[in-house]
Amino acid sequence: MQAKNLFQTAVFTAAVAFFTVQPATAADVAKLTGSGASFPAPIYTTWFKEFSRANADIQVNYQSKGSGAGIKDFMSHTVDFAASDAAMTEEEIAKVPEGVQLLPMTAGEIVLAYNLEGVKDLKLSRAVYPAIFLGKIKKWNDPAIVASNPGVKLPDQDITVVTRADSSGTTFVFTQHLNAISSDFKSALGFGNTVNWPAEAKIVKSPKNDGVSATLKQTPGAIGYVEYGFARESKMEMVHLENKAGKFVAPGLEGGQEALSKAVIPENMIAWLPDPDGDKSYPIATYTWMVFYKKNSDPKKAEALRKMVTYCLDEGQKIADKAGYIPLPANVVEKVRAATANIQ
Amino acid sequence: MVTNPLGLDDSSGLTQPPSAGDIFVNKSFKALTAFFTWATILLLAYIVFKIGSEALPAVSKYGLEFLTSTTWDVNEGKFGILPEIWGTLYSSLLALGLGGFFGIAIAIFLTQDFLPYRVEMVLKNIIELLAAIPSVVYGLWGIFVLIPLLRPMCNFLNTNFGGIPFFSTSLSGPGMFPAALVLSIMILPTVAAISQDAFRAIPLKTKEAAFGMGTTRWEAILRVMIPTASGGIFGALVLGFGRALGETMALAMLIGNSNKISLSLFAPGNTLASLLALNFPEAGNHETSVLMYAACILLLITLLVNIAGAFIIAKTGSGGK
Repeated sequence: MQAKNLFQTAVFTAAVAFFTVQPATAADVAKLTGSGASFPAPIYTTWFKEFSRANADIQVNYQSKGSGAGIKDFMSHTVDFAASDAAMTEEEIAKVPEGVQLLPMTAGEIVLAYNLEGVKDLKLSRAVYPAIFLGKIKKWNDPAIVASNPGVKLPDQDITVVTRADSSGTTFVFTQHLNAISSDFKSALGFGNTVNWPAEAKIVKSPKNDGVSATLKQTPGAIGYVEYGFARESKMEMVHLENKAGKFVAPGLEGGQEALSKAVIPENMIAWLPDPDGDKSYPIATYTWMVFYKKNSDPKKAEALRKMVTYCLDEGQKIADKAGYIPLPANVVEKVRAATANIQ
Repeated sequence: MVTNPLGLDDSSGLTQPPSAGDIFVNKSFKALTAFFTWATILLLAYIVFKIGSEALPAVSKYGLEFLTSTTWDVNEGKFGILPEIWGTLYSSLLALGLGGFFGIAIAIFLTQDFLPYRVEMVLKNIIELLAAIPSVVYGLWGIFVLIPLLRPMCNFLNTNFGGIPFFSTSLSGPGMFPAALVLSIMILPTVAAISQDAFRAIPLKTKEAAFGMGTTRWEAILRVMIPTASGGIFGALVLGFGRALGETMALAMLIGNSNKISLSLFAPGNTLASLLALNFPEAGNHETSVLMYAACILLLITLLVNIAGAFIIAKTGSGGK
């Protein structure tokens, strides 16, 4: 009897605790949901985890579905913020009545990774790599490639080009760059999240960054574009690309930061670097953005969002390099910090 | 004493009329099964309706040209799926050829007394386990194991017999042949399991009669057992083909996703299912409609295959279905 009483009391207490305490904490915890770009997803997830640990009253949930899907969610108001590699178009921004604030959060490089046994530090000139991706240069020992690699023994092997099969911000940035440096490429394919790659037997497409990496690693004579972090993690050889100043630059932190420093961030925070100036600039670098509503219905939520951005700017940038991204230059950090006030 | 074989003994309770509870259970069970059956059919109808209505703008805009043009260019708004239709049918037919042959061979081996019954059961279960491997794993296995293994052989065929259209390109990585090979392994358990059922369904007397007429074992298998089971075997092939048509992830990883129509086994191609899987997540409003149109075509192809299968089974008549 006593045991039963005890049990009842316990259940009752638990129930009371559940119904009284739970709503109280739930009201205190601000839950932020976001979705979008998969390219910065690894670093965002780390940031948000650390951020929630430091701020027990804010929980951030980020789903990496791709830039396009993130923008779609944002425009249908199912998330509190989105992330996109392709920023947002004027047209899309005009459709959001609350107003849109884009903030560059981190930046990345796109590299050409390749698989050629015994060939290290391959150099490709501005004339050559657009032609490879157009299927016009087909052999590794093509005179145009040999010319910029004196002393390197290049095999008489077919070049297999690996591109992205799915729609992707990576393709957007890469083709945008190729458009800037090659009029042939511009007139043949244009740029976008997907382009109509030539239907050649030696141009194949694989899904996602990991798919491209796997295909590259398994295919002798292959070349393809992936994000720097992926290429570094899977220990692939990366091409040194010729930049606008005519210098060959290896991908990495230094070249990336140099490239970013050449971009002037305008009022709407959307800056592209299709072809950066500077001797040390790595040619294919890009910002990636978080997208916020200017007017949020809940002031508490707006405050939580501002806190989150501030954390990413202060603490977040410190781990960017280790994670394979380029930290924002100091002047950009200050600009973003000022713009954060627009999230109300 | 011989008791009543029908058990008409009142004390056993067998002759009692069903109680109200029995009737209720009976009726509600019947209603429930009817409900689920109709719900499934309605769900299918709804899916078809939904896909169809979303596809309508694209159907009216691109019409039949969609089926015959070969460009897929989102930026210029040009869409055509002939290479995907070709790739879907080509890869599935290749897979059906390979998977069908091995599947039926396995079924014969496991049902015609070549092995002790216990061993048969063990092997049967192991082969059915193939069906439990996720598609992505097949894809990865294809990339990391199968392609490097096939490459030397394929390139040998290309350099020495490049004149034959099937071998006219070299295999660099992803391509039609590795994709079809993996696909054939994926449909193997379906074909093998259903063909085995077809063989097991043949009454023992049929085989006894064949032996009684003085046939050898092989004559019995080839002239009597296979024709008798042909209806079931054909059903197995149709099902396997249907599965091959709709297979997505492994193919997206292995086929190369290139908009190219080529007879060459080693050239990359594309299929409808992988086109859909790879383009849906980031499709804009307009592209979604076009993809829905492509989905309708895939549905239609699958439907036609099944109808043709059912028709042929009906025509060939009997058989151990």
